[in-house]
Amino acid sequence: MSSDPKLERIAKGNALALCATGTWTASFAPVLERMVADAEKLAGTPQNIFIDVSEVAKLDTFGAWLIERLRRSLTQGPVEAQIAGLSANYSSLVDEVRRVRATQEVDSSTITISGMLEQIGRTVAGVAGTVTGLVDMLGAVLAAGIRVLIHPRSFRLTSTVHHMEQVCWRAVPIIVLITFLIGCIIAQQGIFHFRRFGADIFVVDMLGVLVLREIGVLLVAIMVAGRSGSAYTAELGSMKMREEIDALRTMGFDPIEVLVLPRMLALVLALPILAFLGAMAALYGGGLVAWLYGGVEPEAFLLRLRDAISIDHFIVGMVKAPVMAAVIGIVACVEGLAVQGSAESLGQHTTASVVKGIFFVIVMDGVFAIFFASIGM
Amino acid sequence: MAKEAQSEIQDPIIRVRDITVQFGTTRVLDGLNLDVKRGEILGFVGPSGAGKSALTRTIIGLVPKIAGSIEVFGVDLDSSSTSQRRNVERRWGVLFQQGALFSSLTVGQNIQFPMREYLRVSQRLMDEITMAKLTMVGLKPEVAERFPSELSGGMIKRVALARALSLDPDLVFLDEPTSGLDPIGAGDFDELVRTLQRTLGLTVFMVTHDLDSLYTACDRIAVLGNGKIIAAGSIADMQASQHPWLRQYFHGKRARAVMG
Repeated sequence: MSSDPKLERIAKGNALALCATGTWTASFAPVLERMVADAEKLAGTPQNIFIDVSEVAKLDTFGAWLIERLRRSLTQGPVEAQIAGLSANYSSLVDEVRRVRATQEVDSSTITISGMLEQIGRTVAGVAGTVTGLVDMLGAVLAAGIRVLIHPRSFRLTSTVHHMEQVCWRAVPIIVLITFLIGCIIAQQGIFHFRRFGADIFVVDMLGVLVLREIGVLLVAIMVAGRSGSAYTAELGSMKMREEIDALRTMGFDPIEVLVLPRMLALVLALPILAFLGAMAALYGGGLVAWLYGGVEPEAFLLRLRDAISIDHFIVGMVKAPVMAAVIGIVACVEGLAVQGSAESLGQHTTASVVKGIFFVIVMDGVFAIFFASIGM
Repeated sequence: MAKEAQSEIQDPIIRVRDITVQFGTTRVLDGLNLDVKRGEILGFVGPSGAGKSALTRTIIGLVPKIAGSIEVFGVDLDSSSTSQRRNVERRWGVLFQQGALFSSLTVGQNIQFPMREYLRVSQRLMDEITMAKLTMVGLKPEVAERFPSELSGGMIKRVALARALSLDPDLVFLDEPTSGLDPIGAGDFDELVRTLQRTLGLTVFMVTHDLDSLYTACDRIAVLGNGKIIAAGSIADMQASQHPWLRQYFHGKRARAVMG
């Protein structure tokens, strides 16, 4: 049934016939394209050329278009090149492709100085837009929170508890494991280097201050940004894509109140808990290494720890946690609600959510360090 | 040529035998038999939730069946090798109910996707064929640059059809192709399916609820009920049928309006 397509040149009187034979279908498209490109070179010869398709066994869009393309490039001036021998059942297909307008080459965008400046301008405006977006969301969440305080009935307890389970309870094993290991590593490194000065015991000071003030909360916040921030963005983003958020709005619900507030609340409650558990796990890991590797007895470790740290260190760490949670949550929700229709956009915003979340967490940590240093804590 | 076509009409392009499909404990299809003949447009109707989409998805291999056999183009899809199956897949096109366009590609790239994978042809030819397909489905060439999220529901259907037809398949599955189109658009769509069927010798398996499509586009109609085909035949057979659901479907208010 299917035979190789050919395009033969046969002289008929003073006219030249291009006889197409065989199967002109998609499966032979590469061959057909080459043959047609060859025949197109005939354009400009003074001969009268027509295309004979009476011997074509099978024709589809690919074949029909290539014949049409050939006809167009052979058409010179006012005289159109003709297609002869078209069978009745293919004529409508050929008519169909005849309606196709030839593609105009789209000139690929070249790099110009004004284009580059435009790009820089857009990026800067984008940064400003990010900040205003975050402030907008903070305001919207606070307003929703106040509304809920006035009408406690509209508070979504079930949703909040569900998100608490997702971001807090289910995160406990991995958070505890990671912080435990980090505690071990800090203690090991401390002992290794302090031993040279005979200052082994100071590893307890370092561990206590570092873990309670900085590492505990910072590490946990970064992990939560990666774990829950990305999940929030993906959830809200796919709801946005499927117009679920628009549906909520048309039913008279505020998406901020229904979707964002429970998530934010869950995160703000979860992060201090996780930070506390993480700090304890890190201290435990550090103590274990100090004992097994550094020979610091547990009693000595605890005594030293009590001298080395004050409640201030612990408070400093804990105060930071809910603020960082709020930052992560706001970034994640803003990114989620900014998702456009495509899967690619969802991926971009989820990435942006994690990257921006971690960035702002570290910036906040720096701001807190300056603040607590100034008030002498 | 004409004689050859005549003899080909006799052998079924899809042969479904004793198909049973179960979702959990609910049996959706129960020993279903169906033949689709070469070159025909089969309209497939049935109550909502009767398993029309399930059958389509079973034939194209997206839903596992627990019993029965499916032959497409004479190839048994269960015992075929990977390359045989690839070959069959290359010869069919599927229009999903929601369009299922790749959201991160432009319309043009969506239509070119199968060509890029299966054919080694120049970008120029792919662009031109894309324009041809867009013209065929009644869209302007400019649409090629847009993303699926920027299209209306009707345009998504048309682009999805253009993508399904991208490789000039012999068989197309259309899952509710005219739902969401305005009546004129739906009429054009039926006409388009008809034209393509005539010119390309296309076989069309169309799940539809559109009575107009059944009357104007379909050669034969199969009706699904209780997991089986309860009736198959021409529109006249359907109207003559005494089955209660069919009577309601083809003699209801809307059917009378269509028949005028």
